[in-house]
Amino acid sequence: MLLTNIETVPGKNIVDHFGVVSGSTVRAKHLGRDLMASLKNMVGGELKAYTELLQDSRRQATDRMIAQAEKLGANAIVNVRYATSSVAQGAAELYVYGTAVRIK
Amino acid sequence: MTQVIILLAFLGLGYTFGSITESRHYTSIRKREKQFLSLPALNTKTIDHTGREIKEAVLVQGSAVISIDYFKRFLAGLRNILGGNIGEYDSLVDRARREATLRMKETAGVADIIVNIRIETSPIGQSAGRRSVVGSIEAIAYGTAVTYARSSTHHSTI
Repeated sequence: MLLTNIETVPGKNIVDHFGVVSGSTVRAKHLGRDLMASLKNMVGGELKAYTELLQDSRRQATDRMIAQAEKLGANAIVNVRYATSSVAQGAAELYVYGTAVRIK
Repeated sequence: MTQVIILLAFLGLGYTFGSITESRHYTSIRKREKQFLSLPALNTKTIDHTGREIKEAVLVQGSAVISIDYFKRFLAGLRNILGGNIGEYDSLVDRARREATLRMKETAGVADIIVNIRIETSPIGQSAGRRSVVGSIEAIAYGTAVTYARSSTHHSTI
């Protein structure tokens, strides 16, 4: 499955459009991570646990989007967009969407 | 009295360690940005690749969660009352975005150029959903990494 965030796949031709496919996850971190993060909040800097957590969730959302595209018989997704929104305190929703296409 | 002492201790700790981590982070960012000068990231969708054949185009992304230290948060809180430019947050968002862009480039491998990059920022952690406090933010950068065919006459091989 080929993913790009532009309208085309450079070097290939789009022969079929299948419409929008998307995937999302809502994640909250566990207490231990949150405690470490609040300590780290004191001195500033990167919160590695959060970076990893968000990357993991984003990967899961992307996998769900890809699974949906595969079901439609697509072999590429173009114009992929990521969006993040906080639905509740301490929980974030990661959303990814794109257009499933067949390329040749 | 003890509360004042605790507050001052927190401020001192935040200031010392905050400045150390920040300057260390900036040194590393500058160093890596120099390394990646040969891999430009554009936010235009199309590029002129006359004479070069495109071999591969893949989505690449990188992200970073950066938190502000106690001292700066305190200063920003004061600034909130008086209004005006909150310079304390400048370095926070700047670091997060540059770090995310660098991580994106690190995953690009042997690509020649990254097109249509988008950078998004969102507040996360306990501060998310509370408008008055910004504690930590996540920046994500993503784009399409384009690799040219190596046989091309116009391109020197790496």
